[in-house]
This record gives sequence, C-alpha cells and structure tokens, in this order.
Amino acid sequence: MSSNQNILVKLNEAGFRIKDKWLVKGVSLQIEKGQIVTLIGPNGSGKSTTAKIALGIYKKIDGEVKKYTNKVGYVPQKISIDWTLPLRVRDFMVLTENLKDEDINEALSLTGVIQLKNKNLGDLSGGEFQRVLIARAISKKPDLLVLDEPVQGVDFTGEIALYKLIKKITDELNCGILLISHDLHTVMSATDHVVCLNGHVCCSGSPIDVAKNNEYKALFGEQASQILSRYEHRHDHIHTSKGEIKKN
Amino acid sequence: MLDDFFIRALIAGLGIAIVTGPLGCFVIWRRLSYFGDTLAHSALLGVTLAYSLEFNIAFSVFIISSLIALILIQLQKRTNLPGDALLGLLAHSSLAVGLVVIGFLTFIRFDIMGLLFGDILAVTVDDLLIIWIGGPLILLILKLIWKPLFASTVNYELAEAEGLNPDRAKAIFTILMAGIIAISIKMVGLLLITGMLIIPAAMARNISSSPQGMVIFSILGGLLSVVLGLFTSLEFNTSSGPSIIAASLFLFILSLLNIKQSIKLKN
Repeated sequence: MSSNQNILVKLNEAGFRIKDKWLVKGVSLQIEKGQIVTLIGPNGSGKSTTAKIALGIYKKIDGEVKKYTNKVGYVPQKISIDWTLPLRVRDFMVLTENLKDEDINEALSLTGVIQLKNKNLGDLSGGEFQRVLIARAISKKPDLLVLDEPVQGVDFTGEIALYKLIKKITDELNCGILLISHDLHTVMSATDHVVCLNGHVCCSGSPIDVAKNNEYKALFGEQASQILSRYEHRHDHIHTSKGEIKKN
Repeated sequence: MLDDFFIRALIAGLGIAIVTGPLGCFVIWRRLSYFGDTLAHSALLGVTLAYSLEFNIAFSVFIISSLIALILIQLQKRTNLPGDALLGLLAHSSLAVGLVVIGFLTFIRFDIMGLLFGDILAVTVDDLLIIWIGGPLILLILKLIWKPLFASTVNYELAEAEGLNPDRAKAIFTILMAGIIAISIKMVGLLLITGMLIIPAAMARNISSSPQGMVIFSILGGLLSVVLGLFTSLEFNTSSGPSIIAASLFLFILSLLNIKQSIKLKN
C-alpha cells in the first residue's frame, strides 16, 4: 500500500438502496494515482451504482465515501442529452471546464474524432459519440477518470486502440481510473485491481487472484475463469431479489 | 427626455429584452415554460400586496414569486402528484386568490387590463431604475452560474460527478426567474411574461447552431420585438404586452421561413 496522499477516492462499506431494495451494499475499495481499478459483474450487480457512489452523484448512501479530488472525468454508461439543444462537439468539450483550443484538438485527435469538432452532437453515430465522451473526459487532464463501459458501440479495432489510449493516459497523467467493462480479456490484461460485484463485493484483488476465485468462477462460468485460471470451487451463497445474501 | 412616456417605455422594454433573452434560452432548454407561467400568475398576488401595503410592486412580486417557487419545491417533495399538476394548482390558485383579494380592495382602483397585459403609460422613472439595476444584476449572476447551470442542463450527472454543484445553480436560477418577472410585470403584463421569455428564444433556436449563438439571437430578437411592438402600440393604441409578443411571433415566423429557404438552397 502506498501512502495516503495517493488515494483519490475511498469507499468504506458503501451501499445504496431505493426504499428497501439494495442496488449495491457493503462496497469497500479505494483508487490511487496511477492505478486502474476495474469493476466486473453480471447485469444489475451494482457496477454503475458503485461508480455513482464514488463520484458523489448519489448522496443518500449507507457507509462512507471520501473523494479527495474534484478534477474528475466521467464517461457515463447511459447519457440522455436533449438533442434539441444547439450543441456542437466543441461546445460539449468545454461543458464542465474551460479548455484551450489546442487541448480540445489534442483530445479529439487522440480518440480519432477531430473531424467532428464542428458537428452537431445530435448528428453523431453511437460510436462517434462514445469517442467524443472519452475525449471530453480526458481533455481536462483529470486526477480521477471514471469510465462506465467506455467503448460500447465502438468498432473492434477502435476498441483495442481506445483501451491502449486509456492505459497510456493513466501512465502520462498518473491519474487513477475506475473502469467498468464487460470485456474480461481487457480487464485481466490492463488492470491493477479487480473488484467483482454481485450486489456486494464477491471478491477482489489482482486479476490473477480474482480469476482463481471461486465466486468469480460461479458468476462468470467455466469459460471466463479459464481465461486465467483452472481452479474450481463452489459458490457458497445465493442472492435474493432484495439484494440480500443467503448462505447455502 | 425621460418625460416622454414612450421613451421611458422603450428604455424599459430594451432593458427587459436583454435579460429575457438568455433566461428564455434556459427556460426552453430546461422545459420550464409552465414553471415561468406559474411564477407569473402568482405575481398578481404580489401586486395586490404591494397596493394594499403601499409597497414597491417589483419588490413584492419578487418576494411572492420566490415564495411560490419554494412552495413548489416542497410540494414536489411531499406529494406524488406530477409536476404539471402541481404547477397548474399553484398557478391558478394564486391567480384566483389574487383576484379575490382585489375584490376586497374596493378603495383602490385597479387597472386589471394593465396588470394582465402591460401598460406602457405606467412605466415611471423609478421603474427604469429598477429595470436597469436589477436587469444587469440578473445577467451578472447568470454569467457566474452559467457553467454549472448549462452543464447540468445538458446532463445532470456529468455536472454533479465533475464537481459543479448543479443543485445550487438551479436554486439560484429559480430566484433569477422570480427577479425577471418582478421587473417586467408592469411592461409586459403577467399573462404574457412567459411569451417574452420563450418566443424570442424559440426564434433564436431556429437560426443558431451553438448555445452562445442562441443566446445572442434571442437577445436581438427580444430587442427588435420591443421596438416593433412599442411602435405598434403607440400607433394603434394597443396594450404594450400583446404588441411586443405579437412582434416576437412575427420574428419567429420569419425564422421558420429562413430555415425553409436554406433547405431549398442546399437542395
């Protein structure tokens, strides 16, 4: 463990519920400078919710969250923008922070969408918009990047290039990244710390440790666990519809 | 020069248009036109209060409109009724209560038409002062909260995640809305203030491709509507509010034609 000054955000037994239904519960994790922390887990396991807790979007939470920086870049999983707003890509780039034109150009070039700078945001395709979202998040040179399935809708070659870019940016800016991804190959190869969620933290650790873990295997099945591990264990608990955990 | 009622009305109207331009853009972007209506309707209560307590009209309208906005926020938290029903409830009940109170104040002669639709004869030098001090103040505050307000208009979660405090910006914007209604009520009238906010901004939307562009066109459209409307009002002896709004409608229709022409040119 490195010194406390490197911690960007820290969750301690954090959870969020709507009425009595828990979306996620008892999550403890921390993200440090230069570190890529990845959240994995099946649909509805609370990955996006955990990201939103870490970002401070959800305020009425259980447990504790401490954010040590305000220089944050966020690529949300779902974004609903009112397309009747007259908004060009260049206007969207400076949405939360004023940037120099050269910084805008650099970020748009890195994600390969510089030619779209003067286009209306509503006219972009899904993949193009995703690249603009990533460009916007990195252009402000944040301390903490939160990327919620950042390459959804991006073509295959673009996906690999963007993940390489994300890795490069972490090294250059020495920022911390909270990544949510379904691509286990990418997760396992580029990540420092994996947190496996299923309404709570099933297991966490280095990618190799997690791949060996029984709960990871139970969640993702035979094939996924064979990516890095051949260990076999039994899942020792089940999840109820209210997000509670019952031991077998 | 300020002795001339028409010059006073013109200076007042131009001062209002500069402020309604940018605020109107946010009213359209954030879909707040019914919210604006509700605040404006409640202004009648503010006016009656001002008359009965011999208070400044703009000030008491500002207080009452802010109060109604606060009540709305509380109602939203405490009931399951949809937003538009709550807005309608507050708009019509405050208008009704205002009219009932007027009925009691038999000792004061009210110009109801003037209240509802604006009266250029009513603009005093004091009103000019309020408009030209209050207006720039509203614009200055809007400029200060522009970033968080605009960012949260585009996407609330992005603004919140990246540390812009959108809730505070929204609360301040609500107060600015009460402010613009307070300073423009005499001129435009309480039934038509929302028109002054929305129509120039809607016109601007048709001909602009960036947020800043829309704000500028919205201000220009408002200024032109005031000039056109007031000259019409003078010429044909019509109420100032409807004349200004009709002029802005005219500009809106022109902006639609402009789009059709440019489409033709492209083809």
